[in-house]
Amino acid sequence: MPVFEYAPAPESRAVVDIAPSYGLFIDGEFTEAGDGKVFKTLSPSSEEVLSEVAQAGAEDVDRAVRAARKAFGTWSALPGAERAKYLFRIARIIQERSRELAVLESLDNGKPIRESRDADLPLVAAHFFYYAGWADKLAYAGYGPDPRPLGVAGQIIPWNFPLLMLAWKIAPALATGNTVVLKPAETTPLSALFFADICRQAGLPNGVVNIVTGDGSTGAELVAHPGIDKVAFTGSTEVGKAIARTVAGTKKKVTLELGGKAANIVFDDAPIDQAVEGIVGGIFFNQGHVCCAGSRLLVQESVQDELLDALKRRMSTLRVGDPLDKNTDIGAINSAEQLARIRALADAGEAEGAERWAPECELPSSGYWFAPTLFTGVTQAHRIAREEIFGPVLSVLTFRTPEEAVAKANNTPYGLSAGIWTEKGSRILWMANKLRAGVVWSNTFNKFDPASPFGGYKESGYGREGGRHGLEAYLAGAAEPTSEHRGHLPPEAGGKGEGERDR
Amino acid sequence: MKQPERLSVLKTYKLFVGGKFPRSESGRVYEVTDAKGRWLANAPLASRKDARDAVVAARKAFGGWSGATAYNRGQILYRVAEMLEGRRKQFVHEVADGEGLSKAKATAQVDAAIDRWVWYAGWSDKTAQIAGSANPVAGPYFNLSSPEPTGVVVLLAPQESSLLGLVSVIAPAIVTGNTAVVVAAERAPLPALSLAEVLATSDLPGGVVNILSGRTAEIAAPLAAHQDVNAIDLAGAEPELAVELEKAAAENLKRVLRPQAVDWAADPGTGRLLAFLETKTVWHPMGV
Amino acid sequence: MPTTVPAYGEEAAERLASMADVTAGDSALRRFLHGLPGVDAVGLQARAATLGTRSIKTTAKAYAIDLAISMIDLTTLEGADTPGKVRSLCAKGINPDPTDRTAPRVAAICVYGDMVATAKEALKDSGIHVAAVATAFPSGRAALSVKLADTREAVAAGADEIDMVIDRGAFLSGRYLEVFEEIRQVKAACVREDGSGTAAHLKVIFETGELQTYDNVRRASWLAMLAGADFIKTSTGKVAVNATPPVTLVLLEAVRDFRAAVGVRVGVKPAGGIRTSKDAIKYLVMVNETLGEEWLSPEWFRFGASSLLNDLLMQRQKLSTGRYSGPDYVTVD
Repeated sequence: MPVFEYAPAPESRAVVDIAPSYGLFIDGEFTEAGDGKVFKTLSPSSEEVLSEVAQAGAEDVDRAVRAARKAFGTWSALPGAERAKYLFRIARIIQERSRELAVLESLDNGKPIRESRDADLPLVAAHFFYYAGWADKLAYAGYGPDPRPLGVAGQIIPWNFPLLMLAWKIAPALATGNTVVLKPAETTPLSALFFADICRQAGLPNGVVNIVTGDGSTGAELVAHPGIDKVAFTGSTEVGKAIARTVAGTKKKVTLELGGKAANIVFDDAPIDQAVEGIVGGIFFNQGHVCCAGSRLLVQESVQDELLDALKRRMSTLRVGDPLDKNTDIGAINSAEQLARIRALADAGEAEGAERWAPECELPSSGYWFAPTLFTGVTQAHRIAREEIFGPVLSVLTFRTPEEAVAKANNTPYGLSAGIWTEKGSRILWMANKLRAGVVWSNTFNKFDPASPFGGYKESGYGREGGRHGLEAYLAGAAEPTSEHRGHLPPEAGGKGEGERDR
Repeated sequence: MKQPERLSVLKTYKLFVGGKFPRSESGRVYEVTDAKGRWLANAPLASRKDARDAVVAARKAFGGWSGATAYNRGQILYRVAEMLEGRRKQFVHEVADGEGLSKAKATAQVDAAIDRWVWYAGWSDKTAQIAGSANPVAGPYFNLSSPEPTGVVVLLAPQESSLLGLVSVIAPAIVTGNTAVVVAAERAPLPALSLAEVLATSDLPGGVVNILSGRTAEIAAPLAAHQDVNAIDLAGAEPELAVELEKAAAENLKRVLRPQAVDWAADPGTGRLLAFLETKTVWHPMGV
Repeated sequence: MPTTVPAYGEEAAERLASMADVTAGDSALRRFLHGLPGVDAVGLQARAATLGTRSIKTTAKAYAIDLAISMIDLTTLEGADTPGKVRSLCAKGINPDPTDRTAPRVAAICVYGDMVATAKEALKDSGIHVAAVATAFPSGRAALSVKLADTREAVAAGADEIDMVIDRGAFLSGRYLEVFEEIRQVKAACVREDGSGTAAHLKVIFETGELQTYDNVRRASWLAMLAGADFIKTSTGKVAVNATPPVTLVLLEAVRDFRAAVGVRVGVKPAGGIRTSKDAIKYLVMVNETLGEEWLSPEWFRFGASSLLNDLLMQRQKLSTGRYSGPDYVTVD
């Protein structure tokens, strides 16, 4: 009897037209880097060079910040309703071009097209829709009767959800009247550059959005630039700390979305099949390149064997391979560097005595790949239970009582997210209350929505993105302690031009 | 024969840590003088170890205090106001001496400080209602965001307002469930040390507020660097010190409230109340 | 095409017997069924929807279409059924696409009990089974004696398979043991009285649209499997909500877990509302990724459907000719 082999079902690459090279998007135009430096961006699934991108230096960052400053006066003075319409336009164009952008994202990032198509792109458009609606309602957001923008926001985003993180940064910034200089990640610059074209199509005034591509040094220049009023960063905790040090003593407002080591806690009365799906989605979604990934499975000892059997069975059905194949569940690791880090930590897991398991799966010969992997017999002392792996590697620990589960879940410097699986409602609420994490998913995991605030406790960063709370990061006076600051905001925020600022 | 004037009984001011009144671990004190340089008292000169002990006490108290009902915290804060009222004269005296104010001005400060406690006490069960939200997500999920206390907060009390300023940084931090390590105004620590006596008799659980006196820069440095401190209010830090502390605070990503000019007598708004909160968002599916 | 329906071996009987304690009494059975893991509706639906996004193309699609045709219980259950209608349906089942003899036959013709003899005669030695609905289908509201007589008559008339309905009223009021006993007795009534020692195979219909919750569906699945069901089936096709991907996923998961626990394999039949090839393929993907290839055969998985067949045939024609087909190129029966 023939077997049910799914034939390849590749999404067409032809829907996206990638130019051989891209400049920096500054003041509405693509320009080369001042010193002419470029770097290559690869497709991590094939190591094929997709394009050459400008490497922005100090001078370029400065140009971008000046452009944003110049645009700020007019942009912030626009009636909110007008800013809203620009954002609605952007949201619509993203929807129209979602197939193209999904393919692009999968090419540049390595994530499966199923996810870029069904998760990333719909969330990107939704985020712009959501914040578009806020632009003319800010007075009702709970941040005072006349909340003002901060000025120029320097925004740095990671490579795991390039376009979605762009949306999380740009949508609220623009809705509140700020202008932005955004730096996409070094390995995934393309969707941000395509977004520049969307800004052009939407007729967005020049300089409101500026995109500077580059590596960490570009980001450091941006953070340190005296002309920005706000730093919004999503990325590693290590870089987050460096940013916090850099801005010390300035007036720059900062929000940081950093790492995590989330516990996904499964009780013996959990809806087992859905818990298994939640565990799988929690750690293998986006190859585990997710700051809120459920990377520590805490399973109640009494149900451990049953759950692990079911989990392994389910992991065996995961399809690893070509990101553009519509049936792929797990795509490529984003970069050689990240792959090396995942391998090193997985090896450490083995060396420290945890038991490693992965389903049989054939990995492509070129590109960066890592099979979905499970470690059992992990304790809190193991590196793989403490360090963020940012890959498809799950560490399994056990607990006996709810108290123990909470203690273990909270026993980390991070505090971004957590999962709880039990059919007992009161226990969910008790647990949710005790867990020191910014997002608690109960009987679900890795759900996102523009209306839902997202962000961490402790070393997972500060500030929230999404929802009404996400506005605060871009408004002056929102959390200022005095009436002086809330009531008599210096007019600078309102529209003084460049050079008049007193800093 | 003329009776000799009664010799008054002086108070030995002590630190307030974990609900107890220890002397400084350093065994040292420093002279507190009035605005004209007259000796008022010796205040304990808190050391790094006192700071460490205070953090331990604050952490220990955090679970119970943050887990108490908002109503209960409100009741206790209101009780603090009642106790302050009862010692009004003493505080007027200390504030007038420490800040070099007239009796009338000092009285105004003390009255405002008492009223501020009352104001913040009332916030205990309202903060979540202004800072939280029900989020209409695009899917079958119940989704609720609510504020939670950040944890252990270090408060560098304002240097220029020894009671009203002090109260204005302590009350908003603890009413939401944080626990605090307070560094009293360096030159005028007496109202803070006396406030400790009020707090100790107001049903406030030990460790919720810990008060240290001494050199702000010396005590603040280890606190800003302490890995088990979640946030720091730099109200009482000089600009240079503030930068240093903010840098140290980056090591474990403390939430930092930078110093700024504040009129402590003005309506404080909700800024400080909301500054040391974390938003927790809980998702749950809705299905039969 | 293998058309033997599952039968329990000696060993399976023993292992089933090992579960006897859970069906020993009303409270034991209730405790067992209520002790099964819960089903989170939203998570279940999301999983079913995700499986529905699998893209089945070219060779995989051709395979899936033929497999789906071979799994169809081609059904007519109308008050207006006549011998003529049943005969033409049988002819269609034997030779679904008159223009293409390579099209596989369907698995069974599903009719009311009084049409069994007609269908049996029309199907002759085609290998296609006759399935009869029984036990006061579709409501199940009749005395047990009537239900048993209904079953026996259909079996005597030559039915290869009996599609019984459970008493949803008893189930919803918590009288699980009563439902269990009823299934057992119907199972016994499936034994042929010709002395062959063989029995018609029993499919147990839950009418999941009336059980309402997925928890109930999982409980009903275990209840029926413990009572000896050869197949578990979602629906009669006679109520507003029939087979859905999530409800079928619950059945598949229950079958998977029952096999793991007891070692007995049971078949699954979604019925009602599956009309397009695209839908049918989604179900096959669900079977493939929940139970595995072992279940991808008419022995273990069926579709209760009527209009689905023509859509599968049109898709089949499209694959072989490259042109889209139309309703005039498939037969209306």
